[in-house]
Amino acid sequence: MLRPSSPGSLWHAVAAAAGPSRRTLWGAEAGVELAELFERSSLGDGREVLCGRSVLLATEGQLTAALALIELDGVARRIVLCPPDLPPEHVDFVMAGAAIDAVVADRATPAVHAAPVGFVVACCPETRPAAFSTGPGVATEWVLLTSGTTGLPKLVAHNFATLTAPVQRAGPLAQAAVWSTFYDIRRYGGLQILLRALLGGGSMVLSSANEPVGEFLRRAARHRITHISGTPSHWRRAMMSPEARQFDPHYVRLSGEIADQAILDRLAAFFPRAGVAHAFASTEAGVAFEVGDGRAGFPAQLIRQSGAAVEMKIEEGSLRIRSPRTALGYLGGDDAPLAAADGFVDTGDMVEQQGERCFFVGRKGGIINVGGQKVHPEEVEAVINAHPSVDMAMVRSRRSPITGAIVVADVVLRDGFPLDGDRADAEILKRDIAEFCGRVLPAQKVPAVIRFVPSLDVTAAGKLARR
Amino acid sequence: MSIEALIIAQFEQVAQEQNKILATLQPETTLIESGLDSLCMAIIVARLEDALGVDPFNTAEDVDFPVTLGDFVKFYENAATK
Repeated sequence: MLRPSSPGSLWHAVAAAAGPSRRTLWGAEAGVELAELFERSSLGDGREVLCGRSVLLATEGQLTAALALIELDGVARRIVLCPPDLPPEHVDFVMAGAAIDAVVADRATPAVHAAPVGFVVACCPETRPAAFSTGPGVATEWVLLTSGTTGLPKLVAHNFATLTAPVQRAGPLAQAAVWSTFYDIRRYGGLQILLRALLGGGSMVLSSANEPVGEFLRRAARHRITHISGTPSHWRRAMMSPEARQFDPHYVRLSGEIADQAILDRLAAFFPRAGVAHAFASTEAGVAFEVGDGRAGFPAQLIRQSGAAVEMKIEEGSLRIRSPRTALGYLGGDDAPLAAADGFVDTGDMVEQQGERCFFVGRKGGIINVGGQKVHPEEVEAVINAHPSVDMAMVRSRRSPITGAIVVADVVLRDGFPLDGDRADAEILKRDIAEFCGRVLPAQKVPAVIRFVPSLDVTAAGKLARR
Repeated sequence: MSIEALIIAQFEQVAQEQNKILATLQPETTLIESGLDSLCMAIIVARLEDALGVDPFNTAEDVDFPVTLGDFVKFYENAATK
């Protein structure tokens, strides 16, 4: 059995960060103390065969995924982090693209069990005794999947160095930290939180795809989490759960979607003792920055700052990033290069500068064209979300025979879905929301039709499901 | 409410929302001179589609689009009776 010798591996970083004693990773059903991994293994004897292989990490649970990552970094040649919602029909594409020759699974991953690979290694939270010898250590490639425009996922290659470049190593205060996230750790946003917990010397409470939000929040409260992250959509849903009142974090982080002023203000009021920060990151570009001043947007001085660890520029309206955190490239498929010739990655996120502040206004492809005037759904949502009666909104395009398209909004109210008897009240509220928008937005950006809906769908990645 | 009354109510409401001065509405008033711009018309057409379940601009076999308010009302009445 080989224990990686390269000091750059995740296991070494875990061990170096204050020692793993009394540090725990909690899954939905079980918890594992990191100290167990000194003499025991979640992979048992199966780990030996994974040495030097390209491994599809296809566990259902996040705890088993985290344990396998710790044990296989520096051992496997490549680890593909398979999110639980990967459609079964995409498994073959991913396996071919990453030249997979071994699979790590826990109890229930039927799509993978049918896959034509020689080695399937079981990973379980009940660790087994295993003896370790020191091996040469390899620079393992970590591969994350993102949704591509063609429907097939893109395989984004990182390694320990690119993924941990944004992470501050252990500080004196970090050791008592208990991290958590609404994200799955097999996505970039969730993985960053896992790495902060592991490298910073803390513990972590992992979420579970099948667990109701309230149950997860109860678990997080029981383990006294101190640092927690999620998308604005995750947070809007969480604040509707009474269980969210049960914990008292020091640090609340938003990423993955635009953090508008309304959600920042609501979180600050909901968690008065917490620092609320919003970060910008993408799987390809890595973490670019974090803003902690409680205001939407980010300081314009971050753009074109010379000598910064992360260089940013705006070209054709979209944010471009170059840094040591950027992914190494795409695997397989016929995707365009991940970065331009100058090394900058186009995030596809559109930014507008207003004075000394820059604001995200939407996605490059998401623009609604109203009679030749461009509207980003997100900028309209940010205004609607600031209305006191509104919980969240989704703005979309509706075909129009007059202007090509018009802006319409589906809105979830804070007080719930209006009943039929409240029709007249509902009409008055719709007009009030439209007028509220009209005060700050030009006419073509004000929703022409507002519809009240009981809820809005959120994707597995925690983002508003735009159709 | 008749289709005509519904249409006139929409013209009045959208004019108010968009701060437009609506002309005195007569059947012979042309849409161009109604005081409403194309965005206002787009909003009215979308809301009428929701209220009546028809968008004659999209479905009408009649290729002549309405010019006057009277045409516009007939356009919807024809579509709604199909």
